[in-house]
Amino acid sequence: MADRVIKLQIRDMTKKYDNGDGVEHIGLDIYEGEIVTMLGPSGCGKSTILRTIGGFLDVTSGDILIDGQSVVNLPPEKRPTAMVFQSYNLWPHMTVYENLAFGLKLRKTPKKEMEERIEKHLQLVSIGGMEKKYPSQLSGGQQQRVAIARSLLLKPSVLLLDEPFSALDAKIRQQMREELKKIQSELGITVVFVTHDQEEAMALSHRIVVMNKGKFEQVGTPTEIYDNPCSKYVASFIGEMNFIERDGKSVAVRPEDVVITKEPADISGSVRTIMILGHYVEVNVQCGENVVKCYIQREESEKVNVGDQVNLKFCKTHIF
Amino acid sequence: MFKMLNPRRFYHAVGKRRFWEFIVLAAFLLFFYGPMVNMFMLAFANKYDAPSVFPQAWGFKYWRFVFSQENLVSSIGQSFLIALITMVASMLICIPAAYSIARFKYPGRKAFMLSFLLTNAFPKLGIYTSIGILFYKYNLMGTLLGVVIIHMINSMMFMVWLPSSAFRAVHRQQEEAARDVGAGPFRTFMKITFPLAMPGIAVATLYTFLGSMEEAQGTMLVGLAHIKTMPVEMFGVILDYPVQVGAVFSIILIVPSILLIFVMRKYIGPEAIAGGFKMK
Repeated sequence: MADRVIKLQIRDMTKKYDNGDGVEHIGLDIYEGEIVTMLGPSGCGKSTILRTIGGFLDVTSGDILIDGQSVVNLPPEKRPTAMVFQSYNLWPHMTVYENLAFGLKLRKTPKKEMEERIEKHLQLVSIGGMEKKYPSQLSGGQQQRVAIARSLLLKPSVLLLDEPFSALDAKIRQQMREELKKIQSELGITVVFVTHDQEEAMALSHRIVVMNKGKFEQVGTPTEIYDNPCSKYVASFIGEMNFIERDGKSVAVRPEDVVITKEPADISGSVRTIMILGHYVEVNVQCGENVVKCYIQREESEKVNVGDQVNLKFCKTHIF
Repeated sequence: MFKMLNPRRFYHAVGKRRFWEFIVLAAFLLFFYGPMVNMFMLAFANKYDAPSVFPQAWGFKYWRFVFSQENLVSSIGQSFLIALITMVASMLICIPAAYSIARFKYPGRKAFMLSFLLTNAFPKLGIYTSIGILFYKYNLMGTLLGVVIIHMINSMMFMVWLPSSAFRAVHRQQEEAARDVGAGPFRTFMKITFPLAMPGIAVATLYTFLGSMEEAQGTMLVGLAHIKTMPVEMFGVILDYPVQVGAVFSIILIVPSILLIFVMRKYIGPEAIAGGFKMK
């Protein structure tokens, strides 16, 4: 771990908007070849951070370094970053080829090399042979692939992705997620990813930054954040979590850590609903005012019926 | 076959609804295109006396006549020259203004846009008179520049409103993506924003050109007797020449409009025009 190279460093960065919103005292080191996800609800400042890295927003104070060089005074076109937006990435009056060639032409790339690189990158995002199409002839997923290819083509130091999949269907979103992860590990590129979808963040990232109201709540690997949320906010935002008030404190327990048992246990109640979610079953138990959600195996679920009195055992809890 | 043209038979053949629709459409067409068809007819009449419907003799006599009159021919050239200058000058002035309205938020932006309505709200003649006082002071009366300025004032509303809505329709991400891959602000505008806003700009430019081609009042007042465009000559033509000369002249005046509308037919539509009147 110690020999990892810092690719992007945000040093005590503050960005305040005129209305008082924004992010304050942000400090973060992102290492080479890492996917770091900014995760949080809309308006938490995650896009603000990404846009300051990309150069689309000025910082109020602090510094941003890429490869050890400060970039805060550079306009977007001079920064070694490439950004993929949620939508409207492509220029509809240009073909896919022209969209990809735009940046290369500015860099005076020879025509031969340009063609080769464009073809290679279209292959990489698995839409080879679409050079002559216009963006309006592509599906939403294909358009985002082109946008990703365009960004990768310029060999950026850091790839910035601003909710690139959130306008896509659930199926395509999952597929794109998997492909992005594969491409990233092949190229070893450093990625900063912004999303409000916790599942996407868990699936993609090496590290997740959970944000709330302009501040970092927790920074850690997906496992750390899932298993050891440091606050009630993080616990509720990542994954499913039951909260039970007890002695003025909140006891948090994940549905998969709840066991239904006949013996006396932590809490008891009556079964409210039983829902089959594929390979596992969700059982909701009414315990006083709380509804406790449990995920149990299919075989286990056959032993319980709606209305049954059951005891619930919490195998692993967090107390906030 | 002629039996079917009997209104009663026709009424029962197509049904009540269709019959009245047909009558309304026919009346509308007559009202709308009647004068134009009549004008086309008169342009090719060598001899025509008022009460009769059709001319007594057909031919190209008055076309030859118009093109043999030096003042009429020179007015055609003058009109095109002024329309072109007006078009280019108002593009240079209004498009940056439209872009700033579309992209930047500053106090007084809406008031600025609404102010263009004011020049159209007053009777034009009053404005021209007061402009005349200024123009005398700056020696613009009777000059080409003076006439161009008058034409630009008329087209300014369209030239700012339509392109501004077109610029607004260009998504910011599309501009940012261009900056991101390495284009500076000016290149981004020329390669991305401007081409994407082109339909709106084309329509506005077309209006400017056509508006300038048919502007008469202001040209007459400010141009004095020095600048004579086709519409200005038209006044004289109507008073001094037979009615056929007016018809021929009108057709010549219409030709560029029809050509331009044909070329830009893809861009002209209710949406493009309505888009310009949205205030945001």
